[in-house]
Amino acid sequence: MHIEIDEIAKTFGSANALHPVSLALPSGALVALLGPSGSGKTTLLRILGGLEEPTSGRVLFDGQDATGLRVQERRAGFVFQHYALFRHMTVFENIAYGLRARPRATRPPNAEITRRVTRLLDLIQLPDIAARYPSQLSGGQRQRVALARALAIEPRMLLLDEPFGALDAKVRKELRQGLRDIHDTTGLTTVFVTHDQEEAMELADLVVVMSMGRIEQMGKPADIKARPLTPFVREFLAA
Amino acid sequence: MADMTVSAPLATAPARPRARAVGCTEEPRWLRWTVTLVVLALLALLVVVPLASVFVEALRDGAAVAVASLSDPDAWSAIRLTLLVAAVAVPLNALFGVAAAWALTKFHWRGKAWLLTLIDLPFSVSPVVAGLCIVLLFGTNSLLGGWLVGNGLPIVFAVPGIVLATMFITFPFVARELVPLMTEQGKAEEEAALTLGASGWRMFWTVTLPNIRWALLYGVLLCNARAMGEFGAVAVVSGKIRGETATMPIMIEMLYNEYMSVAAFSMAALLTLLALVTLTLKSLLEWRYADQLAASGRH
Repeated sequence: MHIEIDEIAKTFGSANALHPVSLALPSGALVALLGPSGSGKTTLLRILGGLEEPTSGRVLFDGQDATGLRVQERRAGFVFQHYALFRHMTVFENIAYGLRARPRATRPPNAEITRRVTRLLDLIQLPDIAARYPSQLSGGQRQRVALARALAIEPRMLLLDEPFGALDAKVRKELRQGLRDIHDTTGLTTVFVTHDQEEAMELADLVVVMSMGRIEQMGKPADIKARPLTPFVREFLAA
Repeated sequence: MADMTVSAPLATAPARPRARAVGCTEEPRWLRWTVTLVVLALLALLVVVPLASVFVEALRDGAAVAVASLSDPDAWSAIRLTLLVAAVAVPLNALFGVAAAWALTKFHWRGKAWLLTLIDLPFSVSPVVAGLCIVLLFGTNSLLGGWLVGNGLPIVFAVPGIVLATMFITFPFVARELVPLMTEQGKAEEEAALTLGASGWRMFWTVTLPNIRWALLYGVLLCNARAMGEFGAVAVVSGKIRGETATMPIMIEMLYNEYMSVAAFSMAALLTLLALVTLTLKSLLEWRYADQLAASGRH
């Protein structure tokens, strides 16, 4: 799905989290929002997912105005920073949650839910953990379960907030490839937030560098590396 | 190498008696025993002996006499009234407590600190003062109370007043139990439920409530214990009408003042038993669901 951000601004009280920013994300791209903390990247992601309301501006999905669309209607698969798995539910129930939450008319029968959850567990390569609770999983497993749960609702896009932030270096490298694979299999427009420039450059098709609520530069990783447009980008990449 | 140079002189030094291995967080045995004994003695003196003496006094003339005193119509009325008041006040306070904790922990708004202080108010205000407030507000001489009495709904010296006073006193228990837990849990799981398409209502029943159910149960049990035992505020608003507005604690006091020792202590023993049932229930649930408690991050 093609995502267009049109002059989106967000203020919290008197603080400007986002100056009006505009951005067009092509359908099927894997996009990184890259920047230090406080750069507004998470706010922008949450606005896309419908978890925050922009102070002004519009969001367009496939050319249609989605600004007023409630979070439930956005069908955005959202992976939270610490995954926010439902701690009192098994992995199976976590992944099935979005399907069970559907109105009766469109809710799949139980057998179909089981089939879909099993398929998703295969996709994340953890076929045997359906009966476990989140507290019994490793960090990497939790991240993949959160991904499967987000994919279960057949989302129109995938939004991930620091998906690798809580993991150690080795697992991080493995899961990068995992996210790339899932993106390539599903073809979903995917946006992830990160403060790690190496991660952004290695994984994303498009990188959006942000600072202080503004977009500093957007482009292919190689182009940004070769031609940083602002002093901030040059310094941030050198760090 | 460094080890060698250090250990060599030690090895040749004459063997001296080593102090018994004591971990750095461990106190000598005599101290541990003394502290434990002091605590146990205090507990016995302050808690166990008085509680036991209530039962001893109640059964002084035999169990039959004690039971007979409880089946007196006025005593029976007090027991029913206490159970009724708890049955109304506790569910309502559970509801308000959840609502207050929700408002305090899941949203940002002006005046949050104020609400937190207000919730604590019943803890700091004397119950007698709380009772007086209700009398002033709803008494026959007040505008509101006069109108209510005129319309056949007296509050003061009647059951509604007792319920109001009890709710005022027990309001903080549920909210106080929930606020720290809900603050710690944050709202990410709720947001996740919403992004997965759940309505606010469904999110509350399937995510929020299961996450707070243990704290909620603790709060409700504490609230219930206090609701059945409340004396001061109820004494002021009830008018102590025997057989009508006297709850168990009030009845105990009246019986005691009339030197009806066995009757007073029988009722006291029953009230204590109700509290002990609450405690046992809590311990049983803790024991039965120990795994889930650990999983939900509560001890």
